[in-house]
Amino acid sequence: MSERASVLYDIPGPRARRVNLIISIVFGIALAAALWWVLSVLASRNQLTAEKWSPFLDSKNWTTYLLPGLWATLEAAALSVAIALPVGALLGVARLSDHHWVRWPAGIIVEFFRSIPVIILMLFAFELWFFAFDAASPFAAVVIALVLYNGSVLAEVFRAGILAIPNGQTEAGFAIGLRKSQLMTIILLPQAITSMLPAVVSQLVVVVKDTALGGILVGYSELRRAGNISASSYGNPLPTYFVIAVIYIVINLLLGNLSTVVERKLRTRRGGPVVEVEAGAQTDLMAARQEILVFDEPGSASVMQQEERGFESRP
Amino acid sequence: MDFSFLSDPRYDVLGAFWVTVQLTVWSAIGAFILGVVLAAMRVCPVPLMRGFAGGVVNIVRNIPLTLIIIMMSQVIANQLGLRLATRQPGVNPQAFLDTQNFRLAVLGFIIYTSTFVCEAIRSGINTVPPGQAEAARAVGLTFTQVLGIVVLPQAIRAVVAPLGSVLIALIKNTTVASAIGVSEAALLMNTLLENEADKFTAVFLVIAAGFIVLALPTGLVFGSLAKKASVKR
Repeated sequence: MSERASVLYDIPGPRARRVNLIISIVFGIALAAALWWVLSVLASRNQLTAEKWSPFLDSKNWTTYLLPGLWATLEAAALSVAIALPVGALLGVARLSDHHWVRWPAGIIVEFFRSIPVIILMLFAFELWFFAFDAASPFAAVVIALVLYNGSVLAEVFRAGILAIPNGQTEAGFAIGLRKSQLMTIILLPQAITSMLPAVVSQLVVVVKDTALGGILVGYSELRRAGNISASSYGNPLPTYFVIAVIYIVINLLLGNLSTVVERKLRTRRGGPVVEVEAGAQTDLMAARQEILVFDEPGSASVMQQEERGFESRP
Repeated sequence: MDFSFLSDPRYDVLGAFWVTVQLTVWSAIGAFILGVVLAAMRVCPVPLMRGFAGGVVNIVRNIPLTLIIIMMSQVIANQLGLRLATRQPGVNPQAFLDTQNFRLAVLGFIIYTSTFVCEAIRSGINTVPPGQAEAARAVGLTFTQVLGIVVLPQAIRAVVAPLGSVLIALIKNTTVASAIGVSEAALLMNTLLENEADKFTAVFLVIAAGFIVLALPTGLVFGSLAKKASVKR
């Protein structure tokens, strides 16, 4: 970012440096004052006392509420992704089918579940499960809803990944006499899967955040809901929510970094396209419009791209 | 399938979706303004401001929206005493709570959505050719002028389509307001499912149709706006 953004202003000279320093100091003082004000409000409301924060030194608080909640969050997220991946692959491939009676239903399913709020899906899945098995299962409701939603989002990621593979791969596959299904499973899918790994990892952030929706109306005891129970038993909502927020931020920043690392690894490897996704971006928003960069060895497209890159990163 | 609940005066389906629309519109306006300010701070020459805006964006984006909305109510309002509505003596306290929770929800959506607006606009700034900014600097414009007159207008025109996607995501996200009792579409669906559990498929189809009716035109309008607004190069 910094190299590109610096095009907006000259390298600061003595005067600009002075001005920047003054603005920095003024802004820093304003920030410090704001922080001071927040802390004084917290203190005046008795939020900084030891008794509000000491429950986090109590191992029972962690073993009874927070860790089971965290486990429930991770469990639902992991299972949802594990099921959503094959579902997404299937839907993504179906959308590229040559037969309109496969392509159309897949398209309608993907578009339908992508445009409906996940909470609505959870409520419906909860009732559906109850209707089918005569037992309430918040866990099933959360997982079903997340699979339907993220399966549809991942279908678009898969589709973008397959479409990004250079046409020559398909032509070469047909030339050596592969059938369509062979072409897809042997040639296209393996390449698409590696290229969309970063997008899948950053979708994990969305899934982890969305599990929190299960705590609102269908009553799944994920981290936020478990923390809420802890907060009411210890009488410390503010510290508890603060700690929960920190846990979420740490998990998601780690996942975001993982996605960046994976992307960099794939970029430096030879051949194969990479579906580019901003770390932590809402993949459902971006996936369909992703810029698909093709990093190929010698070829006109990649040469053009390299030229563009060189131009962009000029200081 | 039995859709008789639609004519039942106890369930105000249109009213609930009207609340959804209101939540969306107020949050969208606020999030756009805050998002532009954050984006401007993220590219400005003052390192402290850049770092601050970057930190805010990376922190807020990684917190579940559910957590933010519930914190607005349980922490900011209940523990720290923020009042966004006035309580009149003698009037039903429910009216005060409704207004208060609605405004808290809007504030939460603004904070959360503005980080996505910021990231969209920042990627838009990256699409403006360096020559534009260089030319602007060459004719002697200051940083605020370069950004405000030359770069931001082009950047925002380039990201109309992504901003449309952010808006659609916001429409869907307003359902989270049900967590603090704002009577929008998801809370209505919850009530409907409690009272009319046998018609759950019909209830789901009606609420789902409502969201599709809201999201589809938004997508189409922003799609054509994006085409009109795009800078020809």
